[in-house]
Amino acid sequence: MTPAKDPIGTELHKALFSKPEPAGTRLTDSLRLDLYRWMRLTRTLDNTMVTMWKQGRGLGGTFSGRGHEAISVSMGLALGPDDLIAPMHRDIGAYLVRGMTPARVFGNLLGRETGPSRGRDANLHGMGDLSLGIVGYVSHIPQQLPLSLGMAMAFKYREQPRVALTVCGDGGTTTGPYHETLNMAALYGAPLVLIVENNKYAYSTPLHQQMATFAIAERAAGYGLTARTEDGNDAEAMYLCIKQAVEQARAGKGPSVIEARTMRMLGHAIHDGAEYVPQELLEEWEARDPLILYRRRLLEEGGAEAAQLDEIDAWAAGEIEQAVAEAEAAPFPDPDTVTERVYA
Amino acid sequence: MRELTYLQAISDGIIEEMKRDPNVLVLGEDVGGEFGGAFKVTKGLAARFGDHRVLNTPLAEQSFIGMANGMALMGLRPIVEVQFADFISTGFDSIVQSAATIHYRFGGTIPWVIRAPSDGGIRSGPFHSQNPEAWFVHTPGLKVVAPANPADAKGLLCSAVRDPNPVIYFEAKPLYRSLRGPVPEGEYLVPLGEAKVVREGCHLTMVAYGAQVPQALTAAEQLSAQGIEAEVVDLRTLKPLDFDTVAESVTRTSRVLVVHSANRNVGVGAEVAARVAEDCFDWLDAPVTRLGGLDTPIPFSPPLEDAYRPDAQKIAAAARKLMSY
Repeated sequence: MTPAKDPIGTELHKALFSKPEPAGTRLTDSLRLDLYRWMRLTRTLDNTMVTMWKQGRGLGGTFSGRGHEAISVSMGLALGPDDLIAPMHRDIGAYLVRGMTPARVFGNLLGRETGPSRGRDANLHGMGDLSLGIVGYVSHIPQQLPLSLGMAMAFKYREQPRVALTVCGDGGTTTGPYHETLNMAALYGAPLVLIVENNKYAYSTPLHQQMATFAIAERAAGYGLTARTEDGNDAEAMYLCIKQAVEQARAGKGPSVIEARTMRMLGHAIHDGAEYVPQELLEEWEARDPLILYRRRLLEEGGAEAAQLDEIDAWAAGEIEQAVAEAEAAPFPDPDTVTERVYA
Repeated sequence: MRELTYLQAISDGIIEEMKRDPNVLVLGEDVGGEFGGAFKVTKGLAARFGDHRVLNTPLAEQSFIGMANGMALMGLRPIVEVQFADFISTGFDSIVQSAATIHYRFGGTIPWVIRAPSDGGIRSGPFHSQNPEAWFVHTPGLKVVAPANPADAKGLLCSAVRDPNPVIYFEAKPLYRSLRGPVPEGEYLVPLGEAKVVREGCHLTMVAYGAQVPQALTAAEQLSAQGIEAEVVDLRTLKPLDFDTVAESVTRTSRVLVVHSANRNVGVGAEVAARVAEDCFDWLDAPVTRLGGLDTPIPFSPPLEDAYRPDAQKIAAAARKLMSY
C-alpha cells in the first residue's frame, strides 16, 4: 500500500517513471504518429475551448482535460470498431478517435442543434452517439460503471467478442456503485475495462482527504479483477496496458482496472482557479506534460521528424479553427422541439 | 377461460415474453436457480430458460439496475426484480438520472421493466410495505404501471417488456394470492396508457389503481345497497396518465373520489385532483376528494397499519360524505 506520508503519490510516481519499458512492445511508426496526432488535436481543442470561455464566447461551464490526453486517446485507439466506450468530461480524445468531429463537440458545448445531444445536455455531458459506440455520461459519477458492465454483459449474453470500456476518477472510486460494479464484473467475468483517472483531486478535495490508503489497484485486485497502476502521462505505456486489458476482456479472460496516475492541470471546471492545488505539484506535472514528453520521445527515438510533427500541429490548429467557426454558425435548437425525444 | 392468481398471471406474462424474444432476461436478488425469488414469481424460470436468462445478483440495487441500463441500451430487454418496492430507493440514481434521461440526452433507448412488489396491509412494517410510485410518476422519461387484476397483470407486463422505454411495474403484494381471475393464454397485451372503467355508476367516480381497486369495488357494492351507484375507474397506467377516461366519467357523475394506498400528500391522487379541477371545473358538483395513506412511515402493528391505510370501509364513508355535499 502507498504510505500515507506520500499524500499525493509523488514517491510512487517517481518509481513509475523509472520503470523499464516491457521488451518487444515497440509500436509501429504509424501508430505512434496516430497517438501524437490525436493527442495534439485533443490538446488544441482543449486550449481553444478554455480560451473561448475566458473570452466569454462559451455557454455555461466547461471542463478541461489538459494533461489527460495520453489516457483518453489511448482508450480510443485501443478499442475495436464494435466495442463500446462510456467516457467522461476529461476524455475528449476518446470521443475524437471514435469519430466524433470537433465541430460536433463544440456544437454540444455551445448548445447547438448540431451537438450530439441537440442542445439537451450541458457542455461535455450527454455526448453519446451509439453509431460511434459512444455512451454519453451523467454527472452522477460513476453511473457509467454499472451501465458499462451491463453493455459488457449484453456482449457476453450474445457471445459476441466485444468489450465495454469506461472511466471514472479517483473521486469515483469512493462511491458505492464503484465497488458494486467491480464486484459484479469479477463475479460474472464481464468483458469490461475500467480506467481510473487518478488526477489527485475530486473537485477541491485531495486524495489524502478522500481515502485512508491510495491502494486503488490493490482494492480492485481484491475483488478479483486484473489490476495495475500505470503512468497516465506516458502515451505508449497507456496504450499498451489498455490494449492488453481490452484483449484480455475480448478473449473472455475477465475484467480489468487500470489506475492511470495523472494530474488535473486546471480547475475542476472552468470557473475554478484551483488555488488549493500546490504550485510545486503543478510544476512537477507540467514538466511531465504528456504531449511534450511524447514529442520529445518521438524525436529522440527517431519515430518522427520535427517537420512531420509541426505539420500535425498546424493541421490540428486548422481543424479546430474550422470546427469552432462551424459550431458558432450552427443554429440553436428550435424551442418547439423542447418536448421531443423524452420518450422513444 | 382459465383462472390464475395475480401472482401466477405475472409469471405467465414473463414466460410468454421469454418464449417470444431471446432478448428478454430476468435479473435480481434471489430470482434464479430453484429458489425463484422471495415471492416465487420467477420460480421454474431458470430450469426452463437457463441460468444465463435468470441472473441472480448480489445485494446492489443501484448497480444491478445500472447494469440493466447497459444491457437495455444494447438491445436486451431485462425484467429486473427489486425484491420489495421499498428497496427501489437504493437504485434511484440508476433509474431517474441515467435511464430516464438517456433518450432525451442522446437518443439511446432503455427498454427494461422493473418489477416492484409494493403495498401493504400484510403487516410488514415500514420497509416492506411502501408505495413509492409518485417519485417515478414525477420523473420525465419513465412509464409507470400498476395492475389491479390478474388479466391486467399479465397484459401490462407483456406490453411493458415490449415498450422501448423504461417501465416501472408496481405489482400489488396484497393481491398476489388473494385475487384470482380469468387470464387469457398465449399472447395477451394491455396497452400502456389506457385506464378502464371497471364498474359503471352515475353518482360519483372513484379513481383508483393497484390494490385499492378491489377495495373501491367492494365499497361500491356496499354503497349500491344504499342507493349510491359509484363508477370505478382503474387507472392501470400512472404515467402516461389516461386523463380522458377520468374526465369522461366526471362529465357523467360530477363527483370524484381519488383513492390510493400511498400517502396522500403529493401523491398520484393530487395530480388527478388537480387535472379534474383544471379541466372539469364546470362539471363538478362537489370538491374533489382524495383518500390515501397517512403522512407517516408505514406502521407495523395491525391497529396502526389499519389506521394508516385506506380500505373499503373508509372509501364508502368518504363517498357518502362526498354525496352529502
